[in-house]
Amino acid sequence: MTFTPETEQKLQAIWSRYPAGRKRSAVIPMLMYAQDETGQVTQEMIAEVAKRCEVTPLQVEEVVGYYSMLNKQKMGKHHVQVCTNIACLLMGGEELWHHTTKRLGIGHKQVTADGLISLEEVECAGACSWAPCVVDGYEYHHHMTIEKLDQLLDSIENKVQ
Amino acid sequence: MFNEPHPDEVRIITKRFGLPNSASIDTYLAHEGYVAFMKAAEMTPEAIIEELKVSSLRGRGGAGFPTGLKWSFIPRDNPKPKYVVVNADESEPGTCKDRLLIENDPHQLIEGCLIAARTIGCKLGYIYIRGEYRYLIDIMDKALAEAYAHGYLGKNIKGTGIDFDLYTHSGAGAYECGEESALLESLEGKRGVPRIRPPFPAVSGLYASPTVLNNVETFCSVPAILRMGGQAYADLGTPKNGGTRMLCVSGHVNRPGVYEIPLGFSMQKMIYDVCGGIRGGKKLKAVIPGGSSSPVLKADECDFPMDYDNYARMKTMAGSGGMMVMDEDTDIVKVALRTMRFYAHESCGWCIPCREGTTWLRKILTRMDEGTGRRADIDLIHELAKNMLGRTFCPLGDAAAMPTIGFVEKFREEFEARLRETVVPVTSPDQLIAIG
Ligand SMILES: Cc1cc2nc3c(=O)[nH]c(=O)nc-3n(C[C@H](O)[C@H](O)[C@H](O)COP(=O)(O)O)c2cc1C
Ligand code: FES
Repeated sequence: MTFTPETEQKLQAIWSRYPAGRKRSAVIPMLMYAQDETGQVTQEMIAEVAKRCEVTPLQVEEVVGYYSMLNKQKMGKHHVQVCTNIACLLMGGEELWHHTTKRLGIGHKQVTADGLISLEEVECAGACSWAPCVVDGYEYHHHMTIEKLDQLLDSIENKVQ
Repeated sequence: MFNEPHPDEVRIITKRFGLPNSASIDTYLAHEGYVAFMKAAEMTPEAIIEELKVSSLRGRGGAGFPTGLKWSFIPRDNPKPKYVVVNADESEPGTCKDRLLIENDPHQLIEGCLIAARTIGCKLGYIYIRGEYRYLIDIMDKALAEAYAHGYLGKNIKGTGIDFDLYTHSGAGAYECGEESALLESLEGKRGVPRIRPPFPAVSGLYASPTVLNNVETFCSVPAILRMGGQAYADLGTPKNGGTRMLCVSGHVNRPGVYEIPLGFSMQKMIYDVCGGIRGGKKLKAVIPGGSSSPVLKADECDFPMDYDNYARMKTMAGSGGMMVMDEDTDIVKVALRTMRFYAHESCGWCIPCREGTTWLRKILTRMDEGTGRRADIDLIHELAKNMLGRTFCPLGDAAAMPTIGFVEKFREEFEARLRETVVPVTSPDQLIAIG
């Protein structure tokens, strides 16, 4: 499997961080960066990471099944995550979540028909003092309101057209 | 992204926050950066550990274990390589401080790791950062590259003869990976399930070798301790509770934020002075004081000096410093349910009392919240949670049970009110099975 030169460089840098004979350690970070390029974890990717990290594909597979950020299903170009854990709940996170599902017409871990946006109700994102918070990919948006969320979704939708 | 400082704060580990380019090595070096490491290089490991013991620094990740003591458990004569591991998984709900420490002052964390490496004789370390914090991984990678370029990492650091390599490692979304033994499994490329202990990581940690594993904030406190001296650091706090810690205040206060305060600071002052009181002039109902795992406090219990021992006296925990403030309108049943939904989702499934206990509690709390609960459910919730305590493989089970017991014991009337609100007859056999 081939990656873009940037991803390839990143994967090799990650691989080199672990002692000889301990390359299995690279499995999770490698999957994270590889997934960023393709939007999902594929069978081909699992085989590739297994080969590079000197483990069996099954050993990679069981890891993929465990971690919530590794997805076999293709996610949207923008993966929008709404936190509804306690601090966000207290500040209106649940309302944001309901608003988003209604506006996009999709639910937890679902993708819009055009493949643009996927949605996830997430656990505490580490932004509690600036709640409620919504994360777009890896980008944090703090002190969210329904208006600000609509603006964010508008800008995502307009960017493509 | 840092709230305005408050005059009651004592800024030791956040003192560089707000400086121009505070994350750069130039700023760090201009403000006492790496001074403590150079000092440590001249000290014996025993002297460094002694200084930490005098400082009475306790772990800031959750359990509050004395750091000096933890480091002293590393067997120095063990021929295996030794490791330093930073816990930057920060996923205890309510907690958002490690993030600021990495974002604003990554070199302070590097220096803390260097001192740990010097103390235990270790050449390699990893900073395990939760996958969601990708931007912090980038900031940290940049800081690490700067430290290498300036000779503060790598071989023969600044002519001290000390070699040390340090790297970031991305997690991939799992609360359980903040638990130290599950973190080590994850760092070895496996599912994040906990290990049986003993042996503790100090004896058998990463790659079955002696490992020092601490929270970000704990490592970040170490350079200041060596600079100012253990006793001066200890004197900032209360006996056996040295120094300062970062408190992440969220919820219904006028000025939520992350504040560095000395241990023993009054909770009342925290809420009403530092955070400006309850927003909208409302009354305080309750506080979850140290992350979602810590049992809730009622309004009339929220006036005590916040150090580890006093939290324990109040039958709760200092935990990770995530303090969630709730006003009089807060629906406690909803909060209890949301808390349990979290633990049921995050239980790694390895041991039965935790996996089944959290799932059943979630189901019962859901029907309570929906108004279809039975009177007996209240005691059932209490009993189920009590039965989990101390019976799970790792403390995640306790972390789920303790707050639940707190909610039911302290706000029983709110659970009862929910029963009176609606009486819904049982209409399908599924409901009967669910009621069990
Ligand atoms: C379920 C669970 C989750 C935890 N999550 C974290 C975490 O995100 N960050 C952290 O530093 N410690 C976390 N801990 C505590 C660690 O197990 C460990 O005690 C701590 O990292 C040790 O560092 P310290 O002594 O510096 O506090 C967690 C513990 C449990 C049981
Ligand atoms: S609860 Fe939403 S970020 Fe912590």
